[in-house]
Amino acid sequence: MKAVTVDHIVKTYGKKKAVVALNDVSFSVEPGELFGIIGPDGAGKTSLFRLLTTLLLADSGSATVDGFDVVKDYKAIRNRVGYMPGRFSLYPDLSVEENLNFFATIFNTSIEKNYELIREIYVQIEPFRKRKAGKLSGGMKQKLALCCALIHRPSVLFLDEPTTGVDAVSRKEFWEMLKGLKEQGITILVSTPYMDEAGLCDRVALIQNGRLLSVDTPSAITAGFANPILAVKANRMLYLLNRLKEADFTQDVYPFGEYHHLVLKKGKRPEDVQHWQNDQEHLMIEPIKPDIEDCFIALMKESHA
Amino acid sequence: MPEKVITADKLTKRFGDFTAVDQISFEVEKGEIFGFLGANGAGKTTAMRMLCGLSMPTSGAATVAGFDVYRDNEKIKRNIGYMSQKFSLYDDLTVKENMQFYGGIYGKSDAFIKNKTAYILDELHLEKEAHVLVRSLPLGWKQKLAFSVAVFHEPGIVFLDEPTGGVDPVTRREFWNMIYQASDSGITVFVTTHYMDEAEYCNRVSIMVDGRIEALDTPGALKQQHEARSMDEVFLKLARKAKRGEG
Repeated sequence: MKAVTVDHIVKTYGKKKAVVALNDVSFSVEPGELFGIIGPDGAGKTSLFRLLTTLLLADSGSATVDGFDVVKDYKAIRNRVGYMPGRFSLYPDLSVEENLNFFATIFNTSIEKNYELIREIYVQIEPFRKRKAGKLSGGMKQKLALCCALIHRPSVLFLDEPTTGVDAVSRKEFWEMLKGLKEQGITILVSTPYMDEAGLCDRVALIQNGRLLSVDTPSAITAGFANPILAVKANRMLYLLNRLKEADFTQDVYPFGEYHHLVLKKGKRPEDVQHWQNDQEHLMIEPIKPDIEDCFIALMKESHA
Repeated sequence: MPEKVITADKLTKRFGDFTAVDQISFEVEKGEIFGFLGANGAGKTTAMRMLCGLSMPTSGAATVAGFDVYRDNEKIKRNIGYMSQKFSLYDDLTVKENMQFYGGIYGKSDAFIKNKTAYILDELHLEKEAHVLVRSLPLGWKQKLAFSVAVFHEPGIVFLDEPTGGVDPVTRREFWNMIYQASDSGITVFVTTHYMDEAEYCNRVSIMVDGRIEALDTPGALKQQHEARSMDEVFLKLARKAKRGEG
């Protein structure tokens, strides 16, 4: 049985259904998978999570979580999923310990019973267990929210943008925690606007404007990149960018950290760039493997074309 | 000698016995794109608030656009632009009204506002959306408009606080193109970001750890000094040294 199935889901907002948040979305998630929903703000990630956690109704289509229908069996689903919304949603005037106790109690369980599951995360905030949740730092709030979402030992965990606005170090730590949870057999759906986090998932769905651009393992997505791609660098980067935009071998070119990524038209080869008549100083060209961000950019532009 | 748009000399801010910003010293030149990096809680926001004239330093000295942060903080506010991901435009005003509002706040003439509004609408291809509420614009457009509004009054320096958070990869690059153009026209850009690839686009980058500036140089030099292949690695090496938690 699949942990999650989504079948031709459509969700619109507004009187005239003017805003299409999810446009015929279908995919499924295997039990125990760490599944990433990758896309920018406004792509439809939160609507999707709210539908699957039975907090929102779709216009059409169907979905199941743990074999239960999100509409008919919403009560069963609520008992077995954990949900960490993008916005901090704990009680700021309760202490760390009180919040955790509260969530354990409403799910008819206790902290002691499921302590093993949260131990690694909870020990980091336990020194502050008497502190009010509203007075915690951002990173500690996030850890407490994760503990509260886990305390009833859910079979499927939904994390909506847990790393947004979080610095690179804390983001790495958070993904370490997810790996630990995955080892305990929990299915995890996690959304993020950071393309570089895709590689940490078993499979990912790339989403933009309510449509799925691709669903696959990160390596299969990057392997599917059809054109040759190069990293290029020269002394004057902005000048290089503008010249490359005009070159006849260029399919697309854009800044990418220290380099520009140059996507060649099909049939063009790195040698064509080497023989390019130009006045660039210290031109460096290196064939590379595309990463998820390259694929996302290509898929985005394809879907607009 | 190049003109210094920002100077900070042992700039410090304490809250009670907590030193949020601990004697930071640096200078930013005219037209420079200066990346201001640091982990959550390192003191970036507090430092930025002092430089924007919104928070009085405890000690040390600083000037922004030639004005002293203690004495001339009102003048600083008039001579800088500011944009953050969290707050920038009024959702319930139209695109045009937002520009008129900001132009008015900064005391620009009607003629200036009219010309500049037309110029920006053309530049961003937003002529058709001039009378649309900002609320209904896609996020990427909003961020680009927000940047244009932040430099509407032609300030010498603009502060950008995580301007590209959550923005799609194509728009993120269009946004940086606007930053390059602003810098080309002589506007100094002071920017914070959590995207380490964007740190590479800056002329110089500073990295704050526990209230202090631990590193400050060009991305290339920082990578060399820390024997790192990317700015991401440099950042991780430095930020992992942090002893204090998030503030």
